[in-house]
Amino acid sequence: MSFIAKPKVANPGLPRNTLGLNRRDYEGSMSTLCAGCGHDSVTAAIVQACFELALAPQSVVKLSGIGCSSKTTAYFVGGAHGFNSVHGRMPSIATGANAANRHLRYIGVSGDGDSLSIGVGQLTHAIRRNLDMVYILENNGVYGLTKGQFSASADVGSKSKKGEANEQEPIDPVLLALTLGASFVARSFSGDKEQLVPLIQAGLAHRGFAIIDVLSPCVTFNDHEGSTKSYAYVREHTETPVSADYIAPKQEIRVQYGPGETVSVPMHDGSNVVLRKLDPGYDPTDRTRAAAYVQERAMRNEYVTGLIYVDESRRDFHERNGTSDQALNAVPYERLCPGAAKLGKILGSFR
Amino acid sequence: MPERKSAAPRVNDFTIKFANVNGSGSASANSLVMKAIFRTGVPVVGKNFFPSNIQGLPTWYEIRVTREGWRARSGRIDIMVAMNAETYSRDVREVTPGGCLIFDSTWPRSSLLARDDIRTFGVPFAQLCNENFEGARARTLMKNIMYAGTLAALIDLDLEVIRSLLAETFAKKPALVESNMKAIEIGYRYAKEHFECPLAARIERMDATKGHVVIDGNTAAALGCVYAGATVGAWYPITPSTSLMDAFRSFCARHRTDPATGRRDYVVVQAEDELAAIGVVIGAMWNGARAFTPTSGPGISLMEEFIGLAYYAEVPAVIFDVQRVGPSTGMPTRTQQCDLIACAYASHGDTRHVLLFPDSPEECFQMAVQAFDLAERLQTPVFVLLDLDIGMNDWMTPEFRWDDSYRPDRGKMLTPEQIEGLAKFQRYMDPDGDGIPYRTLPGISPKAAYFTRGSGHSKFGTYTEDSAEYREVLDRLTRKFHTAAKLVPPAVTDGRGAAAGIVSLGSCDGPVREALATLRRSGVAIDYLRVRGFPFGAEVEEFLAAHPTVFVVEQNRDAQLRSLLTLETAVEKKQLHSILHYDGLPMPPSCIVEGVNQLLARGVAA
Repeated sequence: MSFIAKPKVANPGLPRNTLGLNRRDYEGSMSTLCAGCGHDSVTAAIVQACFELALAPQSVVKLSGIGCSSKTTAYFVGGAHGFNSVHGRMPSIATGANAANRHLRYIGVSGDGDSLSIGVGQLTHAIRRNLDMVYILENNGVYGLTKGQFSASADVGSKSKKGEANEQEPIDPVLLALTLGASFVARSFSGDKEQLVPLIQAGLAHRGFAIIDVLSPCVTFNDHEGSTKSYAYVREHTETPVSADYIAPKQEIRVQYGPGETVSVPMHDGSNVVLRKLDPGYDPTDRTRAAAYVQERAMRNEYVTGLIYVDESRRDFHERNGTSDQALNAVPYERLCPGAAKLGKILGSFR
Repeated sequence: MPERKSAAPRVNDFTIKFANVNGSGSASANSLVMKAIFRTGVPVVGKNFFPSNIQGLPTWYEIRVTREGWRARSGRIDIMVAMNAETYSRDVREVTPGGCLIFDSTWPRSSLLARDDIRTFGVPFAQLCNENFEGARARTLMKNIMYAGTLAALIDLDLEVIRSLLAETFAKKPALVESNMKAIEIGYRYAKEHFECPLAARIERMDATKGHVVIDGNTAAALGCVYAGATVGAWYPITPSTSLMDAFRSFCARHRTDPATGRRDYVVVQAEDELAAIGVVIGAMWNGARAFTPTSGPGISLMEEFIGLAYYAEVPAVIFDVQRVGPSTGMPTRTQQCDLIACAYASHGDTRHVLLFPDSPEECFQMAVQAFDLAERLQTPVFVLLDLDIGMNDWMTPEFRWDDSYRPDRGKMLTPEQIEGLAKFQRYMDPDGDGIPYRTLPGISPKAAYFTRGSGHSKFGTYTEDSAEYREVLDRLTRKFHTAAKLVPPAVTDGRGAAAGIVSLGSCDGPVREALATLRRSGVAIDYLRVRGFPFGAEVEEFLAAHPTVFVVEQNRDAQLRSLLTLETAVEKKQLHSILHYDGLPMPPSCIVEGVNQLLARGVAA
């Protein structure tokens, strides 16, 4: 495998966003994943989301750990800095990067091995910090690069390509995040771009930790009969109580919904996320009931998708710390150093 | 410092040892005594020997009063303040013949514990406290303060100096000044009435502490981080490094917080473990903030994978390793220099790192600043290797100086203007031939973007599995390491022309210098070189080449400095003779004197 630069030839007729950029400007290098990999669809959804939001490419920071999913940060927003770190440790890199400059948009891409096995500790603590970032977990229930071992998200009874059934209980990242108090929890399917793109946009608008568990089938090792993470199984077993529409700041909410069908959540950046309730009894601002709902549906072998829980009022990492508005990497040195005169005073207490 | 002859050999030249129970408040009494001596103008050395425990176990504190200004343990005990019944028999045994022992005579003492070659001073501390103070906690605390009063009478310490220290400590609680002073005076009066005061081992006012402070290395390093402009600190609490972050937070709370809004120009992350702590540092420095983590040996072991990433992806990072006794959990509250190899080659694959070796709190302050400059200049992790002795003990050290014209060396970081002028940015090129590439920060321009990875990459920053492309980057990293040898602080040397030399580092400096003086008096002339950085500079090679016999003095079992010298210089292995100390206590000079004499007796030097 080698590095393949994507030719930058764009059809002049391609639509442009308010920055004058077209969709191709949000692509990265050529994917080296297997043809048909769910992760490539997630990459395309991220490209679409960033293009529609008209994010300046340099305002995005892409972070990942190790694994198939983690490679994908090279495949979108080529004009952004990317950091492909070590296995399961992307959240700490994200914490440091965000600490240094609170004004960029941090998109982390991880997988079920990276997030739920080797990196479960770092994921849980990034959630606890309510770090302002979007954390996309490309979940396929299997280790791809090492050829097909079960991951920690594999369901009980799900079968490997060789026919072996998994007996260990799965870790559901959505339930994990709800339990830990994540402020934005969503699930989607790589094959459902209509749902995924607005969820990513809403996650980017959210201030705090936005986790999106994306069921993203592995065509090579986990797309067979008997797997609960195959395209066919996921398509047939999803249930969406709430769908999200992202409404950019100052944009008019045009779609007309019936009374009681929608909840509009104002985000910190002035945008709105309009939640359409497909199940009238569902309340995406009630954490306890959201968790119960996800568990009840799981008992019926259904994946709940959509924006499962959101709380825009929670203070994020920097608000809790009381960090200055200015990015720490841009605070003038003169403001950081107390200087020679003060050093004398400080040392006075050590005499 | 020049030595002076004195008619009264023990005046301003003796060692007091306090045997206490930890958690009983003895630390404040002991540091009160030490500071009072310091304020009387007499140089002091303080060493704390404490257990890995919160309350109830034995703990000792040693104050060496040294008119010559030596910085090591003396190896003798002239006055033992034996306040812990559990360790009493051992404490009695430790007193140097001719010395004395102060003990609590409230209860009868076994005659078996007596020694006829030392004097004993029994003071009924518990009884006096019960008569004068109310409440169990107050009585325990006041018992400690009271022995400070007894000691003051015996060594002729000025009570007014003690009073002014108490007034400063309890500026906001004047009632405490009075109660503490009352305890001091009770202890003082008892000694005056019952014993012949002062002892031969006593204090006479000097003027040798002006321009100095008493400070520990962790606090000094934290202050260095503040002055270096560090804004992000991440750590997982671990003895003996925790007080470094405590000090950083406390300096920042005062000097980095907007008084009007309370907003902070810093972030401290208490991470879930050391793996995350170093990840936060790497993420922050990659994104242009100066960041650091304090840790100790077990933390270094956990950080290794990330350290390799930072080395290969060329991300700056600053790590303070306050070394403690290993292997494994070892003895967390004891000192050693046992992480030299672990830090020099931390992580799998071919990795070599930049290390700094401060010998004192003063150098902790300076080297903290240098560590950030080197990390950014070289785009690589830099380790500052303290040890528990430097990090947690109180050292008398010259006041730190600061030059207001200092500005951080951000290294080869392209400005927005430089980026705009570029046709194309390529991350891992070597246009200057020093092995150091140019880097950019996120958030500036799409032209500056690059992809940071720990996987194989070409000089253009692209993924590669091509052998030649891989080697090209790896060989440049070797060139960068050679550049580092010219940038780290040079070794310091003392003496020239002798056939034998000592090479040492860090907190060995105090004992080495004292040992050299002792050896000189016995007619043995030895030159001295103290390495202050790794990779070693040309001056280290020259010293090794000029001395057919070299004694390598260090505080670990496996002669790690000697290993580094044999691996990284042209020295002949048989030229190097180890003098090792690794029992967890700070090295005494006698260990070096004896080591050199034994080796000389075996004929190792011409």
